Amino acid sequence: MSIQDTEEKGKKTEHLERGEEFLEMFRKGQEFTQDLLKENERLRFQVVHLEEVVKKELEAPDSGQQSSMSKDLSEKLGQYEVRLSELKSRLSEVEAENVDFAQRYIDVEEQNNNLANLYVASFQLHSTLDYQEVLQIILEIIINLIGGEIFAIYLRDEKAKTLNPEAAEGVAISDVLRIPLGEGVIGQAVLANESYFNDNPSEDLAELYTNPLVCIPLTIQDDVIGAIVLFQLLQQKVTFAPVDFELFTLLAGHAATAIFSSRLFTESKRKLSTYQGFLDLLSK
Amino acid sequence: MASLTFLIIEDSPTMRQLIRFALNRIPGAEILEASDGVDGLKKLSSNNVDLILTDINMPIMDGLKLVSLVRSNEAFKDVPIIIITTEGAMEDRERAMALGADAYITKPIQSTALLSTVKELLKL
Repeated sequence: MSIQDTEEKGKKTEHLERGEEFLEMFRKGQEFTQDLLKENERLRFQVVHLEEVVKKELEAPDSGQQSSMSKDLSEKLGQYEVRLSELKSRLSEVEAENVDFAQRYIDVEEQNNNLANLYVASFQLHSTLDYQEVLQIILEIIINLIGGEIFAIYLRDEKAKTLNPEAAEGVAISDVLRIPLGEGVIGQAVLANESYFNDNPSEDLAELYTNPLVCIPLTIQDDVIGAIVLFQLLQQKVTFAPVDFELFTLLAGHAATAIFSSRLFTESKRKLSTYQGFLDLLSK
Repeated sequence: MASLTFLIIEDSPTMRQLIRFALNRIPGAEILEASDGVDGLKKLSSNNVDLILTDINMPIMDGLKLVSLVRSNEAFKDVPIIIITTEGAMEDRERAMALGADAYITKPIQSTALLSTVKELLKL
Protein backbone atom coordinates (compact mmCIF):
# COMPACT_ATOMS: atom_id res chain seq x y z
CA MET A 1 0.00 0.00 0.00
CA SER A 2 1.36 3.27 -1.06
CA ILE A 3 1.48 6.47 0.82
CA GLN A 4 -1.13 7.88 -1.52
CA ASP A 5 -3.53 5.02 -0.74
CA THR A 6 -2.96 5.48 2.90
CA GLU A 7 -3.82 9.20 2.66
CA GLU A 8 -6.97 8.44 0.67
CA LYS A 9 -8.02 5.88 3.25
CA GLY A 10 -7.42 8.40 6.00
CA LYS A 11 -9.56 11.03 4.21
CA LYS A 12 -12.44 8.53 3.76
CA THR A 13 -12.35 7.72 7.44
CA GLU A 14 -12.41 11.39 8.27
CA HIS A 15 -15.39 11.93 5.98
CA LEU A 16 -17.20 9.01 7.54
CA GLU A 17 -16.64 10.32 11.02
CA ARG A 18 -17.91 13.72 10.00
CA GLY A 19 -20.94 12.17 8.34
CA GLU A 20 -21.63 10.22 11.47
CA GLU A 21 -21.40 13.42 13.53
CA PHE A 22 -23.73 15.18 11.13
CA LEU A 23 -26.24 12.36 11.29
CA GLU A 24 -26.07 12.38 15.03
CA MET A 25 -26.70 16.12 15.07
CA PHE A 26 -29.58 15.69 12.63
CA ARG A 27 -31.14 12.99 14.78
CA LYS A 28 -30.89 15.15 17.82
CA GLY A 29 -32.47 18.04 15.89
CA GLN A 30 -35.25 15.72 14.78
CA GLU A 31 -35.86 14.54 18.30
CA PHE A 32 -35.86 18.16 19.56
CA THR A 33 -38.29 19.19 16.84
CA GLN A 34 -40.55 16.27 17.76
CA ASP A 35 -40.39 17.28 21.42
CA LEU A 36 -41.29 20.84 20.48
CA LEU A 37 -44.22 19.64 18.44
CA LYS A 38 -45.42 17.48 21.35
CA GLU A 39 -45.10 20.41 23.73
CA ASN A 40 -46.92 22.61 21.27
CA GLU A 41 -49.69 20.07 21.05
CA ARG A 42 -49.91 19.84 24.84
CA LEU A 43 -50.03 23.63 25.23
CA ARG A 44 -52.68 23.96 22.55
CA PHE A 45 -54.73 21.38 24.36
CA GLN A 46 -54.36 23.34 27.62
CA VAL A 47 -55.37 26.58 25.90
CA VAL A 48 -58.44 24.91 24.49
CA HIS A 49 -59.24 23.52 27.92
CA LEU A 50 -58.79 26.89 29.63
CA GLU A 51 -60.91 28.58 27.01
CA GLU A 52 -63.65 26.09 27.73
CA VAL A 53 -63.34 26.74 31.49
CA VAL A 54 -63.49 30.51 30.95
CA LYS A 55 -66.39 30.08 28.62
CA LYS A 56 -68.21 28.01 31.24
CA GLU A 57 -67.40 30.58 33.91
CA LEU A 58 -68.78 33.34 31.72
CA GLU A 59 -71.87 31.36 30.89
CA ALA A 60 -72.56 30.60 34.59
CA PRO A 61 -71.51 33.72 36.60
CA ASP A 62 -73.77 32.93 39.64
CA SER A 63 -71.88 29.89 40.48
CA GLY A 64 -69.40 29.62 43.28
CA GLN A 65 -68.43 32.24 45.83
CA GLN A 66 -68.95 35.12 43.42
CA SER A 67 -72.54 34.09 42.77
CA SER A 68 -73.10 33.72 46.52
CA MET A 69 -71.91 37.29 47.13
CA SER A 70 -73.95 38.52 44.23
CA LYS A 71 -77.00 36.79 45.66
CA ASP A 72 -76.44 38.40 49.07
CA LEU A 73 -76.08 41.80 47.49
CA SER A 74 -79.22 41.29 45.45
CA GLU A 75 -81.13 40.35 48.60
CA LYS A 76 -79.82 43.41 50.46
CA LEU A 77 -80.64 45.63 47.51
CA GLY A 78 -84.15 44.21 47.50
CA GLN A 79 -84.47 44.87 51.27
CA TYR A 80 -83.23 48.45 50.84
CA GLU A 81 -85.68 49.03 48.03
CA VAL A 82 -88.53 47.80 50.24
CA ARG A 83 -87.30 50.06 53.10
CA LEU A 84 -87.01 53.01 50.72
CA SER A 85 -90.54 52.40 49.54
CA GLU A 86 -91.74 52.26 53.17
CA LEU A 87 -89.91 55.50 53.99
CA LYS A 88 -91.40 57.23 50.94
CA SER A 89 -94.83 56.04 52.00
CA ARG A 90 -94.24 57.30 55.59
CA LEU A 91 -92.98 60.64 54.24
CA SER A 92 -96.19 61.02 52.25
CA GLU A 93 -98.20 60.23 55.39
CA VAL A 94 -96.21 62.75 57.46
CA GLU A 95 -96.70 65.41 54.79
CA ALA A 96 -100.42 64.71 54.73
CA GLU A 97 -100.46 64.91 58.56
CA ASN A 98 -98.64 68.26 58.39
CA VAL A 99 -101.24 69.65 56.01
CA ASP A 100 -103.95 68.30 58.31
CA PHE A 101 -102.30 69.87 61.38
CA ALA A 102 -101.92 73.21 59.58
CA GLN A 103 -105.61 73.15 58.68
CA ARG A 104 -106.52 72.18 62.24
CA TYR A 105 -104.38 75.04 63.56
CA ILE A 106 -106.28 77.48 61.33
CA ASP A 107 -109.58 75.98 62.52
CA VAL A 108 -108.51 76.19 66.17
CA GLU A 109 -107.41 79.82 65.69
CA GLU A 110 -110.80 80.60 64.16
CA GLN A 111 -112.62 78.81 66.98
CA ASN A 112 -110.48 80.65 69.51
CA ASN A 113 -111.37 83.95 67.87
CA ASN A 114 -115.05 83.02 67.84
CA LEU A 115 -115.02 81.92 71.48
CA ALA A 116 -113.29 85.17 72.47
CA ASN A 117 -116.02 87.15 70.70
CA LEU A 118 -118.76 85.12 72.39
CA TYR A 119 -117.10 85.36 75.80
CA VAL A 120 -116.62 89.12 75.51
CA ALA A 121 -120.22 89.60 74.35
CA SER A 122 -121.60 87.47 77.18
CA PHE A 123 -119.30 89.07 79.78
CA GLN A 124 -120.21 92.60 78.74
CA LEU A 125 -123.96 91.88 78.59
CA HIS A 126 -123.97 90.76 82.23
CA SER A 127 -121.43 93.30 83.48
CA THR A 128 -124.06 95.84 84.55
CA LEU A 129 -127.63 96.17 85.78
CA ASP A 130 -127.98 99.68 84.42
CA TYR A 131 -130.65 99.58 81.72
CA GLN A 132 -129.10 102.25 79.48
CA GLU A 133 -125.67 100.67 79.79
CA VAL A 134 -127.11 97.30 78.77
CA LEU A 135 -128.68 98.86 75.67
CA GLN A 136 -125.35 100.57 74.88
CA ILE A 137 -123.48 97.28 75.25
CA ILE A 138 -125.87 95.55 72.86
CA LEU A 139 -125.29 98.31 70.32
CA GLU A 140 -121.51 97.96 70.78
CA ILE A 141 -121.64 94.22 70.27
CA ILE A 142 -123.58 94.60 67.04
CA ILE A 143 -121.23 97.34 65.75
CA ASN A 144 -117.90 95.89 66.85
CA LEU A 145 -118.39 92.15 66.77
CA ILE A 146 -120.96 91.70 64.00
CA GLY A 147 -120.26 94.78 61.88
CA GLY A 148 -123.74 96.33 61.85
CA GLU A 149 -124.09 99.89 60.57
CA ILE A 150 -127.83 100.58 60.78
CA PHE A 151 -129.90 98.65 63.29
CA ALA A 152 -132.40 99.04 66.12
CA ILE A 153 -133.49 97.35 69.33
CA TYR A 154 -137.25 97.01 69.66
CA LEU A 155 -139.16 96.12 72.83
CA ARG A 156 -142.58 94.59 72.86
CA ASP A 157 -145.50 96.64 74.25
CA GLU A 158 -148.02 94.00 75.25
CA LYS A 159 -150.82 96.46 75.85
CA ALA A 160 -150.47 98.33 72.55
CA LYS A 161 -149.54 95.14 70.66
CA THR A 162 -146.63 96.93 69.07
CA LEU A 163 -142.85 96.78 68.87
CA ASN A 164 -141.38 100.09 70.04
CA PRO A 165 -137.85 101.23 69.13
CA GLU A 166 -135.76 101.48 72.30
CA ALA A 167 -132.29 102.15 70.88
CA ALA A 168 -130.84 102.61 67.40
CA GLU A 169 -127.52 103.04 65.62
CA GLY A 170 -126.89 104.66 62.25
CA VAL A 171 -130.32 106.24 62.30
CA ALA A 172 -132.12 108.65 64.65
CA ILE A 173 -134.43 106.72 66.93
CA SER A 174 -137.20 109.16 66.06
CA ASP A 175 -136.97 107.93 62.45
CA VAL A 176 -137.51 104.31 63.45
CA LEU A 177 -141.20 103.49 63.33
CA ARG A 178 -143.29 101.43 65.72
CA ILE A 179 -144.29 98.13 64.25
CA PRO A 180 -147.64 96.47 64.98
CA LEU A 181 -147.19 92.85 66.08
CA GLY A 182 -147.74 90.45 63.20
CA GLU A 183 -147.24 93.11 60.54
CA GLY A 184 -144.45 92.97 58.01
CA VAL A 185 -141.34 90.85 58.23
CA ILE A 186 -140.38 92.15 61.69
CA GLY A 187 -143.85 91.89 63.25
CA GLN A 188 -144.33 88.37 61.90
CA ALA A 189 -140.88 87.17 63.05
CA VAL A 190 -141.56 88.40 66.60
CA LEU A 191 -145.06 86.94 66.71
CA ALA A 192 -143.79 83.58 65.44
CA ASN A 193 -140.66 83.76 67.62
CA GLU A 194 -138.51 82.85 64.64
CA SER A 195 -135.31 84.51 63.51
CA TYR A 196 -135.40 86.03 60.05
CA PHE A 197 -132.43 86.19 57.68
CA ASN A 198 -132.73 87.90 54.33
CA ASP A 199 -130.48 86.38 51.67
CA ASN A 200 -131.52 88.92 49.03
CA PRO A 201 -131.56 92.36 50.66
CA SER A 202 -133.13 95.13 48.63
CA GLU A 203 -130.90 97.98 47.49
CA ASP A 204 -133.89 100.31 47.49
CA LEU A 205 -133.49 102.69 50.45
CA ALA A 206 -137.28 103.08 50.66
CA GLU A 207 -137.47 99.41 51.65
CA LEU A 208 -134.54 99.58 54.10
CA TYR A 209 -136.64 99.67 57.27
CA THR A 210 -139.34 97.28 56.09
CA ASN A 211 -137.04 94.71 54.50
CA PRO A 212 -134.28 94.13 57.07
CA LEU A 213 -131.25 91.89 56.74
CA VAL A 214 -131.83 90.16 60.06
CA CYS A 215 -134.51 90.10 62.73
CA ILE A 216 -133.67 88.28 65.98
CA PRO A 217 -136.50 87.93 68.52
CA LEU A 218 -135.30 88.50 72.11
CA THR A 219 -136.68 85.65 74.17
CA ILE A 220 -136.77 84.63 77.81
CA GLN A 221 -137.83 81.00 77.83
CA ASP A 222 -140.74 81.17 75.34
CA ASP A 223 -141.67 84.81 75.89
CA VAL A 224 -140.57 87.29 73.24
CA ILE A 225 -139.76 90.63 74.88
CA GLY A 226 -138.53 92.39 71.76
CA ALA A 227 -136.20 92.10 68.77
CA ILE A 228 -132.88 93.20 67.35
CA VAL A 229 -133.34 94.27 63.75
CA LEU A 230 -130.33 94.79 61.49
CA PHE A 231 -130.95 96.91 58.39
CA GLN A 232 -127.46 97.43 56.97
CA LEU A 233 -123.91 96.18 57.49
CA LEU A 234 -120.69 98.22 57.48
CA GLN A 235 -119.33 98.63 53.96
CA GLN A 236 -116.32 96.37 54.66
CA LYS A 237 -118.59 93.61 56.01
CA VAL A 238 -119.56 91.78 52.84
CA THR A 239 -121.31 88.78 54.32
CA PHE A 240 -122.07 87.09 57.63
CA ALA A 241 -119.49 84.77 59.13
CA PRO A 242 -120.47 81.58 61.03
CA VAL A 243 -119.64 83.30 64.33
CA ASP A 244 -122.19 86.03 63.54
CA PHE A 245 -124.99 83.48 63.73
CA GLU A 246 -123.56 82.26 67.06
CA LEU A 247 -123.59 85.86 68.25
CA PHE A 248 -127.19 86.31 67.09
CA THR A 249 -128.16 83.18 69.05
CA LEU A 250 -126.30 84.46 72.10
CA LEU A 251 -127.95 87.87 71.81
CA ALA A 252 -131.40 86.31 71.44
CA GLY A 253 -131.10 84.82 74.93
CA HIS A 254 -128.50 86.82 76.83
CA ALA A 255 -129.49 90.27 75.58
CA ALA A 256 -133.10 89.48 76.48
CA THR A 257 -132.23 88.47 80.07
CA ALA A 258 -129.83 91.41 80.41
CA ILE A 259 -132.51 93.86 79.26
CA PHE A 260 -135.20 92.22 81.40
CA SER A 261 -133.13 92.02 84.58
CA SER A 262 -131.77 95.55 84.22
CA ARG A 263 -135.32 96.88 83.73
CA LEU A 264 -136.49 95.00 86.82
CA PHE A 265 -133.51 96.28 88.78
CA THR A 266 -134.11 99.88 87.64
CA GLU A 267 -137.81 99.60 88.49
CA SER A 268 -137.10 98.02 91.89
CA LYS A 269 -134.57 100.77 92.64
CA ARG A 270 -137.15 103.38 91.70
CA LYS A 271 -139.80 101.65 93.83
CA LEU A 272 -137.35 101.27 96.71
CA SER A 273 -136.61 104.97 96.50
CA THR A 274 -140.35 105.72 96.49
CA TYR A 275 -141.02 103.44 99.47
CA GLN A 276 -138.03 104.90 101.32
CA GLY A 277 -139.38 108.39 100.73
CA PHE A 278 -142.81 107.28 101.92
CA LEU A 279 -141.33 105.69 105.05
CA ASP A 280 -139.25 108.78 105.72
CA LEU A 281 -142.41 110.84 105.41
CA LEU A 282 -144.28 108.56 107.87
CA SER A 283 -141.44 108.51 110.38
CA LYS A 284 -141.27 112.32 110.56
CA MET B 1 -88.68 87.67 76.32
CA ALA B 2 -88.71 91.32 77.40
CA SER B 3 -92.12 92.70 78.26
CA LEU B 4 -93.99 94.82 75.72
CA THR B 5 -96.38 97.58 76.72
CA PHE B 6 -99.47 98.15 74.61
CA LEU B 7 -101.81 101.12 74.92
CA ILE B 8 -105.43 100.53 73.82
CA ILE B 9 -107.35 103.77 73.26
CA GLU B 10 -110.99 102.89 72.66
CA ASP B 11 -114.26 104.20 74.12
CA SER B 12 -116.03 100.83 73.85
CA PRO B 13 -115.33 98.49 76.80
CA THR B 14 -116.38 95.60 74.57
CA MET B 15 -113.68 96.38 72.02
CA ARG B 16 -111.08 97.05 74.70
CA GLN B 17 -111.72 93.63 76.19
CA LEU B 18 -111.60 91.95 72.78
CA ILE B 19 -108.30 93.63 71.86
CA ARG B 20 -106.90 92.79 75.30
CA PHE B 21 -107.84 89.15 74.71
CA ALA B 22 -105.87 89.11 71.45
CA LEU B 23 -102.81 90.93 72.86
CA ASN B 24 -102.64 88.67 75.91
CA ARG B 25 -101.50 85.91 73.58
CA ILE B 26 -98.17 87.73 73.19
CA PRO B 27 -95.85 86.55 75.98
CA GLY B 28 -94.99 89.29 78.45
CA ALA B 29 -97.61 91.71 77.13
CA GLU B 30 -98.54 94.56 79.48
CA ILE B 31 -101.74 96.29 78.50
CA LEU B 32 -102.87 99.80 79.34
CA GLU B 33 -106.35 101.08 78.52
CA ALA B 34 -107.73 104.54 77.84
CA SER B 35 -111.27 105.50 76.86
CA ASP B 36 -110.48 108.60 74.79
CA GLY B 37 -107.61 110.48 73.15
CA VAL B 38 -106.82 112.74 76.08
CA ASP B 39 -106.70 109.84 78.51
CA GLY B 40 -104.55 108.00 75.97
CA LEU B 41 -102.01 110.83 75.74
CA LYS B 42 -101.75 110.96 79.55
CA LYS B 43 -101.02 107.25 79.74
CA LEU B 44 -98.57 107.51 76.85
CA SER B 45 -96.63 110.24 78.67
CA SER B 46 -96.40 108.33 81.93
CA ASN B 47 -95.48 104.91 80.52
CA ASN B 48 -92.93 103.41 78.20
CA VAL B 49 -95.34 102.30 75.46
CA ASP B 50 -94.20 100.03 72.63
CA LEU B 51 -97.33 100.17 70.48
CA ILE B 52 -100.59 102.14 70.38
CA LEU B 53 -103.92 100.73 69.19
CA THR B 54 -106.56 103.40 68.78
CA ASP B 55 -110.11 103.86 67.56
CA ILE B 56 -111.02 106.91 65.45
CA ASN B 57 -114.48 107.86 66.69
CA MET B 58 -114.12 108.69 70.37
CA PRO B 59 -115.37 111.42 72.70
CA ILE B 60 -113.21 114.38 73.81
CA MET B 61 -110.39 113.67 71.33
CA ASP B 62 -110.69 111.43 68.29
CA GLY B 63 -108.10 108.98 67.06
CA LEU B 64 -106.88 111.06 64.10
CA LYS B 65 -106.12 114.05 66.31
CA LEU B 66 -104.31 111.70 68.66
CA VAL B 67 -102.19 110.29 65.83
CA SER B 68 -101.13 113.76 64.66
CA LEU B 69 -100.23 114.81 68.23
CA VAL B 70 -98.21 111.66 68.85
CA ARG B 71 -96.33 112.02 65.57
CA SER B 72 -95.50 115.66 66.27
CA ASN B 73 -94.01 114.80 69.66
CA GLU B 74 -90.30 113.98 69.44
CA ALA B 75 -90.51 111.53 72.35
CA PHE B 76 -93.26 109.36 70.79
CA LYS B 77 -92.89 109.94 67.06
CA ASP B 78 -91.49 106.45 66.46
CA VAL B 79 -94.09 104.51 68.49
CA PRO B 80 -96.07 102.33 66.03
CA ILE B 81 -99.79 103.14 65.82
CA ILE B 82 -102.56 100.81 64.67
CA ILE B 83 -105.95 102.32 63.88
CA ILE B 84 -108.92 100.03 64.61
CA THR B 85 -112.13 101.53 63.31
CA THR B 86 -115.54 100.98 61.74
CA GLU B 87 -114.64 103.51 59.02
CA GLY B 88 -113.96 101.34 55.98
CA ALA B 89 -113.78 104.02 53.27
CA MET B 90 -110.50 104.31 51.38
CA GLU B 91 -110.27 108.05 52.01
CA ASP B 92 -110.46 107.44 55.78
CA ARG B 93 -107.64 104.92 55.52
CA GLU B 94 -105.49 107.25 53.40
CA ARG B 95 -106.09 110.13 55.78
CA ALA B 96 -105.06 108.08 58.80
CA MET B 97 -101.95 106.75 57.07
CA ALA B 98 -101.01 110.24 55.88
CA LEU B 99 -101.19 111.50 59.47
CA GLY B 100 -98.68 108.84 60.51
CA ALA B 101 -100.57 105.66 61.40
CA ASP B 102 -98.64 102.47 60.66
CA ALA B 103 -101.59 100.14 60.07
CA TYR B 104 -105.35 100.43 59.55
CA ILE B 105 -107.70 97.64 60.57
CA THR B 106 -111.46 97.78 60.11
CA LYS B 107 -114.04 96.33 62.51
CA PRO B 108 -115.17 93.68 63.11
CA ILE B 109 -111.62 92.53 63.84
CA GLN B 110 -110.10 89.07 63.56
CA SER B 111 -107.67 88.49 66.43
CA THR B 112 -105.29 86.55 64.15
CA ALA B 113 -105.08 89.48 61.70
CA LEU B 114 -104.57 91.93 64.57
CA LEU B 115 -101.83 89.79 66.11
CA SER B 116 -100.03 89.38 62.82
CA THR B 117 -100.07 93.17 62.29
CA VAL B 118 -98.75 93.77 65.81
CA LYS B 119 -95.96 91.20 65.35
CA GLU B 120 -95.03 92.67 61.98
CA LEU B 121 -94.75 96.22 63.38
CA LEU B 122 -92.75 95.10 66.42
CA LYS B 123 -90.71 92.64 64.34
CA LEU B 124 -91.55 89.78 66.71
